[in-house]
Amino acid sequence: MLHFELVTPARLVRSEDVYMVVVPGSEGEEGVLEGHAPYMTTMRNGALKIYRTENAAPEEIQVEGGFAELGRDGLTVLAEHVAEG
Amino acid sequence: MASLKELKGRINSVKSTQKITKAKQMVAAAKLRKAQAAAEAARPYAQRLAAVMASLASRVTVSESSPRLLAGTGSDQRHLLVVANSDKGLAGAFNANIVRAALAKAASLRAQGKTVKFYLIGRKGRPVIRRAYPNDIVKNFETMHVRQAGFTEAEQVAAELTAMYTDGEFDVAHLFYSKFRSALLQEPTEQQIIPVPAPTAAVEETTGGAVVEYEPDEETILADLLPRYLRIQLFGALLENAASEQGASMTAMDNATRNAGELINKLTIQYNRSRQAAITTELIEIIAGAEAL
Repeated sequence: MLHFELVTPARLVRSEDVYMVVVPGSEGEEGVLEGHAPYMTTMRNGALKIYRTENAAPEEIQVEGGFAELGRDGLTVLAEHVAEG
Repeated sequence: MASLKELKGRINSVKSTQKITKAKQMVAAAKLRKAQAAAEAARPYAQRLAAVMASLASRVTVSESSPRLLAGTGSDQRHLLVVANSDKGLAGAFNANIVRAALAKAASLRAQGKTVKFYLIGRKGRPVIRRAYPNDIVKNFETMHVRQAGFTEAEQVAAELTAMYTDGEFDVAHLFYSKFRSALLQEPTEQQIIPVPAPTAAVEETTGGAVVEYEPDEETILADLLPRYLRIQLFGALLENAASEQGASMTAMDNATRNAGELINKLTIQYNRSRQAAITTELIEIIAGAEAL
């Protein structure tokens, strides 16, 4: 499982283990699974898609001013504004 | 000697003052808890961003072509002092301490022949700074209409500062606020915010030494993150300030309540003495009258 954290200046929105997260990177969408190579990217304003399990319907979170960092500890998305829908 | 009625009046008025200070102390204690929680909740984001910035900054060399927010304007002649105060008083020396730190800095910069301007956040610092530097206040940022200055306000301030910086109105910006150490101790702090000082926090090795892919390249990401870093610095300062204000207020009101208590005791003793004296005089008069018969 991929450890996923979504952080805004005001609070820690999510911290959980998920199957896959689709990140709207500034250079194109990228599906991040466990074991992905470390990378950093800025994000377009758009929806972050979170797949809890392989076949589950994705949960979408609108993110503005985002930045994604993928390291050993999992995926961390820093976002200035977040709208859960 | 004050009459009995006067003394009674004074005791009552001190008692009602004590009630007010006590209430304000309890309100501050409750608000402090909230402000501390908010400051704590903001920490993960700030830490992560600082770590990312530090690892990026170590890869990018600062040069002429670097973003101006990082590289500076090449001069340090014009300084902008951003002073964050509260809107309300009853917080002891909280605001005075911040303003004093800012004025000291302004004086030392002036002595070096630099120009100094002020950007004021919050209502309380204004009169003092206006008296000292009547023509150098660029802007008074209002925080009266919101209950608690938060990220929206930090964004607005950051946007204005960035715009002024891009227009070449100043070279260096310093931020003055009060760091929250404990309910008893708040530290007036000065921090340079523009040009953004590269975070020197120990680079957190989250990648395990593996090569990190940057998308787009490091410079672009850094340029993108700089304004965010500025915003989060301001936001952090506002939160620290809010917690400090409540802490200072709590301590000040605790002292005030205790002082009022002492004053009440003193006045009560004085009241009892005067009453006793009045009774004694009355008795002497009666006895003297009876003896005369």
